[in-house]
Amino acid sequence: MEGCCKTVEETLKIVVLVKHVPDAQFDRHLNGEGNTADRDESILSELDEYALEAALQLAEARGGSKAGNQVIALSMGPAGAVNAVKKSLQMGATEGVHLTDDALAGSDAAATSLALAAAVRHLGDVDLVITGMASTDGETSLVPAQLAERLGLPQVTFASTLEVDGGRLTARRDADTSSETVEAPLPAVVSVTDQINEPRYPNFKGIIAAKRKSITTLSLADIGVDPAQVGFAGSWTTVTTAEQRPPRTAGTIITDEGDAGIKLVDFLAAQKLL
Amino acid sequence: MAKVLVFIDNPGASLKKSSLELLTLARSLGESTVALNGDLSDGAAATFAEYGVGSIVRPSAQDLDDFLVAPKAAYLAAAAEATGANIVLLDNSPEGKEIAARLGIRLSAGVITDVVAVDPDGTAHKSVLAGSYNTACKATTPVSVLTLKANNVTPVPAPAATTPQATTVEVPAVGATARITAREQKVASGRPDLTDARIVVAGGRGMDGDFGPVEELADALGAAVGASRAATDAGWISHDAQVGQTGKTVSPQLYISAGISGAIQQKAGMQTSKVIVAVNKDAESPVFEIADFGIIGDVFDVLPQAAAEIKKRKG
Ligand SMILES: Cc1cc2nc3c(=O)[nH]c(=O)nc-3n(C[C@H](O)[C@H](O)[C@H](O)COP(=O)(O)OP(=O)(O)OC[C@H]3O[C@@H](n4cnc5c(N)ncnc54)[C@H](O)[C@@H]3O)c2cc1C
Ligand SMILES: Nc1ncnc2c1ncn2[C@@H]1O[C@H](COP(=O)(O)O)[C@@H](O)[C@H]1O
Repeated sequence: MEGCCKTVEETLKIVVLVKHVPDAQFDRHLNGEGNTADRDESILSELDEYALEAALQLAEARGGSKAGNQVIALSMGPAGAVNAVKKSLQMGATEGVHLTDDALAGSDAAATSLALAAAVRHLGDVDLVITGMASTDGETSLVPAQLAERLGLPQVTFASTLEVDGGRLTARRDADTSSETVEAPLPAVVSVTDQINEPRYPNFKGIIAAKRKSITTLSLADIGVDPAQVGFAGSWTTVTTAEQRPPRTAGTIITDEGDAGIKLVDFLAAQKLL
Repeated sequence: MAKVLVFIDNPGASLKKSSLELLTLARSLGESTVALNGDLSDGAAATFAEYGVGSIVRPSAQDLDDFLVAPKAAYLAAAAEATGANIVLLDNSPEGKEIAARLGIRLSAGVITDVVAVDPDGTAHKSVLAGSYNTACKATTPVSVLTLKANNVTPVPAPAATTPQATTVEVPAVGATARITAREQKVASGRPDLTDARIVVAGGRGMDGDFGPVEELADALGAAVGASRAATDAGWISHDAQVGQTGKTVSPQLYISAGISGAIQQKAGMQTSKVIVAVNKDAESPVFEIADFGIIGDVFDVLPQAAAEIKKRKG
């Protein structure tokens, strides 16, 4: 995406991608159309709260919204997804965007990244797009990298620290055998882990303030995306069958009477696990 | 017959088990080509021949490791086009998945992660929603990109060895990319790697700051050490050991959970283990709902006794 985005001067315009997902505290099911998750009990994906917190901290360090810093919470999803945007506004995002369209139902990561890329472009010059490390329902972590590829931007994934200075970002990533320091020019797409910060709770002031903040609703037509490119029709993968695994049933439970360690070893031996 | 491109990243002197799994799966699906990054050692070359690899491609650039995935994805896209691949296989590491993500966009190919098996027609099998569903998925595009979870394929050499020849593929230029400016090597624990260990012994908040009994039992069993987030957050053990939604997903033959309550985010990372053993002093802990063998007891009694008994029996 040549020339889409400016270099940072003093202020930052950050888009945070927030997804609304089925609440993991309840039983989750794939009984929606085309084996998609049903969304009766949905919340802002916990892992996206870390992304929002990271954005808020960067903005606050530069004087916050008064100094012209913007933190825009963007969620793509059905009507209920507006709740993820509202919660983000309560936490401190300066504005909210809800991308919603019937044609989006059933979008896989490729289709989701296509629609989100168009929405980000629609928002004009952006310095940073910050996402969670994974959605708690899809768990693929594909969207951030696909979004970066579509926007032609550098991606820094799984950041456990994030600093921005003079149009460049520095982040730390923990890989299995090493820790890496990574640098990239802005604009960039960054996904953050749950190690990066401790997300704030919306306070009373935040909840009141959120009521006055605007939420823009966008359709596919608004962002110039052909409905055939997204949803079930535009996705590049399809789920052909979904079977609920028989729930694990509890096995033998014993109470230690001084020899449970031995009984454990007997069990392992019987299972040929020694 | 499918043409399968397998990405092998920096194999070093000999291939990892997960790489052998990729090569075995590739051969079962069709004609396989390895897209290599890094040096082609004698050991790696011999293994490629032994596993029936038809040909090898190598990148024109040597600095792919200095950047975050974009150039690797560009290289693989060029390699897939050059070899006419209709399936690209990568390992399921975070980096493997990210390369797959960008590659998918470059090739207009459907990407399926966390794959445990692939049918001859390209249908991939995986579990979703924290292991509560098994699904079959398929890419609807001419090319599919699949990342294979470790430990789901048994490595088997080809019936007849091949003599693969290496050719070079030009790596296309990519735009602005994140650069890795420093790497700090972590000290190796000497224990098996958590993600592909046959046995995992994991400790939680119940270990109360002392992972000694977990490590002792792990060593008696030749197991990897895992942990709950409560234990890693407390700093009792490295974050690398965290099992769960935001840590590692493991499916070993045996998972021993010690002093862990069994929250949904912990279960997300371990409930596809073959056999689950739980030791917890609270009979109401949710972990007992999924344990094949549960012990209501104190970890500081049970773990050391079990470790001593194993050592005794192993002689
Ligand atoms: C966004 C998000 C992501 C998360 N990701 C993960 C993740 O990846 N992995 C993860 O594990 N958690 C994760 N969590 C945290 C998760 O929700 C739980 O808080 C965590 O798993 C609890 O760890 P625990 O079971 O060790 O601690 P607790 O829940 O405190 O349980 C400790 C257990 O130890 C038992 N115990 C205490 N003393 C003894 C003793 N002497 N002998 C025997 N038993 C004893 C107690 O009965 C209790 O059941 C995540 C949470 C969030 C919000
Ligand atoms: N529908 C969506 N709306 C907004 N953000 C999303 C959406 N889907 C994915 N994301 C973002 O991409 C991250 C990774 O998601 P995933 O690739 O689905 O694991 C999430 O943490 C979100 O920040």
